[in-house]
Amino acid sequence: MNGLVLAADAIEGVEVTRAGLFPDLMWLVPLLPALSFLAILFFGKKLPGKGHSAGLAAISVAFVLSLAGFIDLVTGAGPVEKHWVWFELDTLELTFGMNYDFLTGLMFVVVTFVSLLVQIYSTGYMHDDERYSWFYAALSLFTASMLLLVIADNLIMMLVGWEGVGVCSYFLIGHYWEEKPNSSAAIKAFITTRIGDVGFMFGIFALFVIAGTFNITEINHLAEEGEIAGTSLTIAALLLFCGAIGKSAQFPLHVWLPDAMAGPTPVSALIHAATMVVAGIYLVARMYPVFEFAGDGIPLEVVGVIAAITMLIAAFLALIQDDIKRVLAYSTISQLAYMFAGLAVGVFTAGIFHLFTHAFFKALLFLGAGSVIHAVHSNNMSDMGGLRKYMPATFKTYIIGSLALAGIFPFAGFFSKDEIIGGALRAGIDGTRSTAWLVFGSALLTAFITALYTARMCIKTFWGEYRGHGEPHESPNSMTSPLWTLAGLTLVVGFLGFPVIGPFKYWIFAEGEVAHGFEPLYNVVLPVVTVGAALFTFFLAYKWFYRDEWKFDFRKSSFGWLYGFAERKYYLDDLYLGGIVKPIQYPLAAAAYWANQHIIDGIVNGTARGTLGAATGTYMADQNVVDFGVNGAAGLTNFSGGLLRYIQSGNVQRYAAVLFAGIAIFVAVFAVA
Amino acid sequence: MPVAYFLVLSAFLFSIGVYGVLARQHAVLVLLSVELMLNAVNINLVAFSAMLGDAGVPGQVFALFVIAVAAAEVGVGLAIVILIYRNRQSVDVEEMSLMKW
Repeated sequence: MNGLVLAADAIEGVEVTRAGLFPDLMWLVPLLPALSFLAILFFGKKLPGKGHSAGLAAISVAFVLSLAGFIDLVTGAGPVEKHWVWFELDTLELTFGMNYDFLTGLMFVVVTFVSLLVQIYSTGYMHDDERYSWFYAALSLFTASMLLLVIADNLIMMLVGWEGVGVCSYFLIGHYWEEKPNSSAAIKAFITTRIGDVGFMFGIFALFVIAGTFNITEINHLAEEGEIAGTSLTIAALLLFCGAIGKSAQFPLHVWLPDAMAGPTPVSALIHAATMVVAGIYLVARMYPVFEFAGDGIPLEVVGVIAAITMLIAAFLALIQDDIKRVLAYSTISQLAYMFAGLAVGVFTAGIFHLFTHAFFKALLFLGAGSVIHAVHSNNMSDMGGLRKYMPATFKTYIIGSLALAGIFPFAGFFSKDEIIGGALRAGIDGTRSTAWLVFGSALLTAFITALYTARMCIKTFWGEYRGHGEPHESPNSMTSPLWTLAGLTLVVGFLGFPVIGPFKYWIFAEGEVAHGFEPLYNVVLPVVTVGAALFTFFLAYKWFYRDEWKFDFRKSSFGWLYGFAERKYYLDDLYLGGIVKPIQYPLAAAAYWANQHIIDGIVNGTARGTLGAATGTYMADQNVVDFGVNGAAGLTNFSGGLLRYIQSGNVQRYAAVLFAGIAIFVAVFAVA
Repeated sequence: MPVAYFLVLSAFLFSIGVYGVLARQHAVLVLLSVELMLNAVNINLVAFSAMLGDAGVPGQVFALFVIAVAAAEVGVGLAIVILIYRNRQSVDVEEMSLMKW
């Protein structure tokens, strides 16, 4: 395992060159959106701008703080880890704590930045929504939960944030709940991710049993030292990965993410592209030593296989969608798989770098798609076309995002994607991971398909003749300015990870801390091959989708059977519905009905007849014996009550006299005794 | 001063209260008599508290509680008396005998 040298002392080994002011204040960052959530929830309609002012103010300050903290961190201020005990039960110690290190700092900047842009954009996109204030409240709560998840120093706090983002995702997917498919999509997303969360929770329990603590740094430390090891640790890591599969929409739990596009488009950009879905990646990155050292890296091999499968099947599905947001959703699943692949083959930095760049260009693409949808009032690309003439700003920024997604130099996606592919190649050559070649092949193939579906999406949206209704118009400035900001960053951020000289790798690990994993294999051939292939793919897309006026039909080609297979989403939804939901729902219901009709009804009827017979006998006894007693007792009561009622005169003073007389008797009795 | 002095005073006061409650017909005077009884109890509490020194501090605390409760009680009681007067133009307790069979 050469190259896999790890820091023995993640925190103690760090050289702190000066004291930082901001890292100590980082607990404020999740708190601010949480406060704005409460403010909007209770006073939303009375606040200026129906609540968006509070949300924007909180997230702006949070962003500035995160940026200041991160700059402080990379210029030599040390990471901050502190916690205080909430309560102790025997050996169980629950703490509140923060762990602000380089990974957290980076995530903070990404999360708060994308949240800020999405909130600005939403002032335009959502302006006539009837639940506008609630929308901002939910966005604020989401941001707060995500930041809590990232800053948590123990697994229990992380779980709180994890479930928090899940429930906000549920709220926001179902924002237009008046229509049944939207609320069904919200429920599907919630339940599907919850299946993974069960694994996550059991992973936490298992780790607590093994390591005796919830503290993430301590667990990682124990795993690095080899003090916890063995099959149980491997199982714990795999259980944690179950949670990551659900949250980051990996095969086989990826089915919820495309349906999650039922939510408003800014939500898709924030939650289902840039931030929440990377929580799974963050989890694996945060617990990386556990994954790496458990069972000689078996968990990472599993991650690699899942990633290789997911990136390919999701990319194929993106190729045949008509809904522009679903194309982006499948593309997101595929890109998330790239990040997992980076972590799995050992190029930790590249995986996180792809997370970083993807947040920018995928948020850009989603917001651009939102701008298009805003203009044409349809999600379907068959209602679009020729929009480059109507919406020049959206068109230009969208093309920048698309080129980044397709991995064309010098846009952001090029650097991060090629680093992952290079890393897989190196892991394959060095033989550090047995699944590296699988990941490499899958990643290379996916890169071509990515370019193909990206080109198809752009051609169908922006070229040709307009096929929709009405006259599309460019979106307001509140929507285009976030687009331009993200487009500018998409052009720039790639260079942060420029091979060898890029500063990005110093932003994930503190100086003095030995990096996880290893550097990818840098050479000139690989980028030339990938970019060349992508450009060739653009040509193919032009030939298939543009020049032939969309007459190219997969269904009629020799791959028709594959198309049908993909069109049903590999029958996974049918499998889940037909294989799990219906067998449980219908036969169980039928069996319950049969049992109800035959067994329970028989028992009930038999009991009824028996009861009837017994009742008749009882009735006679009742009439003659019991009633005599009852009537007699009642008559006696009536008679004695008639006598006693004279005591209740209604005169309060007489009652009081009796009371005092009673007390006097008691006093006399006690005095004698 | 011996504690018995206070007890005698308290018993005297309490007896006056009992007499007032039982014999008076005016509802306000009945309430006043109840206050007398409560204050008789307070004198007992404070007297024993003083007798016991430091150990008797709870006695003073209870006396304060009794004062607070008495204030609340007389507040409610007078409100009831006013309402009864509005309805019946009389606050004679002899006539307030609606609550019987």
